[in-house]
Amino acid sequence: MNILDNWSVRIGGAALALLVLVAIAAPWLGTVDPTLFDAASRDLRPGEAGEITTLEGETVKHVFPMGSDSFGRDIYSRVLYGTRVSLVVGLTAALLALFFGVICGLSAGYIRWLDGLVMRVMDGIMAIPAILIAIAVVALWRASLPSVVIAIAIPEIPRVTRLVRSLVLSIREEPYVEAAVSLGTPTAKIMFGHILPNTMAPLLVQGTYICAFAILLEAILSFLGVGLPPDIPTWGNIMAEGRVQFVEYPHNVFFPGVFLAITVLAVNILGDGLRDTLDPKMAKRV
Amino acid sequence: MLVFLLLRLTPGDPAAIMAGDAATSEQIERIRAGLGLDRPLVVQFGLWMKKILSGDLGESFYFRIKVTTLIAQRLEPTFALATLTILIAVMVSIPLGVLAASRHGGWFDRTLMGFSVLGFSVPVFVLAYLLIWLVSLKLGWLPVQGYARLADGFVPFLRHLILPAITLSVIYIALIARVTRASVLEALGEEYIRTARAKGLPEIRVLVRHALANAAVPIATVIGIGVAILIGGVVVTESVYAIPGLGRLTVDAVLARDFPTIQGVILFFSFVYVAINLLIDLSYVFLDPRIRY
Repeated sequence: MNILDNWSVRIGGAALALLVLVAIAAPWLGTVDPTLFDAASRDLRPGEAGEITTLEGETVKHVFPMGSDSFGRDIYSRVLYGTRVSLVVGLTAALLALFFGVICGLSAGYIRWLDGLVMRVMDGIMAIPAILIAIAVVALWRASLPSVVIAIAIPEIPRVTRLVRSLVLSIREEPYVEAAVSLGTPTAKIMFGHILPNTMAPLLVQGTYICAFAILLEAILSFLGVGLPPDIPTWGNIMAEGRVQFVEYPHNVFFPGVFLAITVLAVNILGDGLRDTLDPKMAKRV
Repeated sequence: MLVFLLLRLTPGDPAAIMAGDAATSEQIERIRAGLGLDRPLVVQFGLWMKKILSGDLGESFYFRIKVTTLIAQRLEPTFALATLTILIAVMVSIPLGVLAASRHGGWFDRTLMGFSVLGFSVPVFVLAYLLIWLVSLKLGWLPVQGYARLADGFVPFLRHLILPAITLSVIYIALIARVTRASVLEALGEEYIRTARAKGLPEIRVLVRHALANAAVPIATVIGIGVAILIGGVVVTESVYAIPGLGRLTVDAVLARDFPTIQGVILFFSFVYVAINLLIDLSYVFLDPRIRY
């Protein structure tokens, strides 16, 4: 079955493509610099017009489609620029977790004496809930984009490792691996050239789910005030700033929240679709 | 065995945390010497380990009281919230999952599965604000936030707790309902189901006594795994609803860079998580008499 015949892949993929487009085209979608503020335009409701002062000191008229926050910043611009942060964090955290998970999983599955050691370490990490590991890592380092990405990726590594290991354990018994071994192929080449390509489909599916979870976790960390620094416009940060006056101005929390939910939903639907088409065995299990 | 592993592996991180940040400010420098943090890492680790084993988690930098006392003080709200959440989740998700499995492929099944993906995707705090806005602000049925102790009466206690618990249970319901549906579906394909139906048993009895009972082990497992999500959710929910529990304490401790409290709370949460999963592992004996240890 062709991947694109699956409706989940079509819907999730299209929604995600649209969000990527929004992230790239953010400067041309009627936005202003997301860090600009104007004391005269504080706490505007969605759709109200006000003015904003540019970095050059010029005051220009500006309509606030999603209202403004208590500093007089444009929520619409901040939400659109926030798309960039979320997508970058989701993608890099997923790639990072996959990279280390694949290395650990391949070595644990193929090099037998490493198995016990690697898997015990992974069990240890899995015993701590993901969000607590992330909070601890961010508390340990100064909050910045790389440290938040690493903090989100670490708790995901054991899951990838277990997946890769279980795949490797079955693939290593295949005749073509045996043939490669008897031909004297170096171990590294067998691991990366013969075994790794056959784990790609489940890894892609897993990577999609990690991406969705990473976007969610970044927003949670930022919302709690332990994530990215407040000057970076992320959905979590916008909501953290808006929560104080949530009762009078719910739009500060509402718009970034809707964007966040739609993004995570799109990635999850895409993942479900990929799972159904690429990995029928896994589809049956869940 | 896992508990032992956990106790051996987790202290590594908090010990590193303590040493890692201490050098940044002069204030902490002074506290550091006072707390013995200027000694070599290995010595610190050894001392800390010794304390842990005797049930001492150290003293909070910020609150200036013992971390164990602090955790005990904050335990009630979190425990109440988690228990109510699990109760709601189990009571809602299992019937939904069984019903979806019995109508496999029908509109109810598809709607439920659609909602479960939605449940996974809507962040806890967005849902929390949506519910506060709808139930507390628009309808005015429940208080917006805060917490009332059980000692102050059951009704105010429940009124403050019900909305956070519903918020928190949504993702848990999505998770359990999915697994219930899948494992009941699998059980429904077995021979004994055909036998039971052939005997003329009512469908409800077939579903509950025969299918659900045989699907109990994976359901129990996912309830245990879901506790990790629950702990993460508690941190967020308590923060949104201003409940003075352990989750709130975690965030406050991180913001105040209160390392003994951070490591104490993380150790406590991990211990609870592992202990619950151990209990669930043991419960398999009752859920499936074929399993023996």
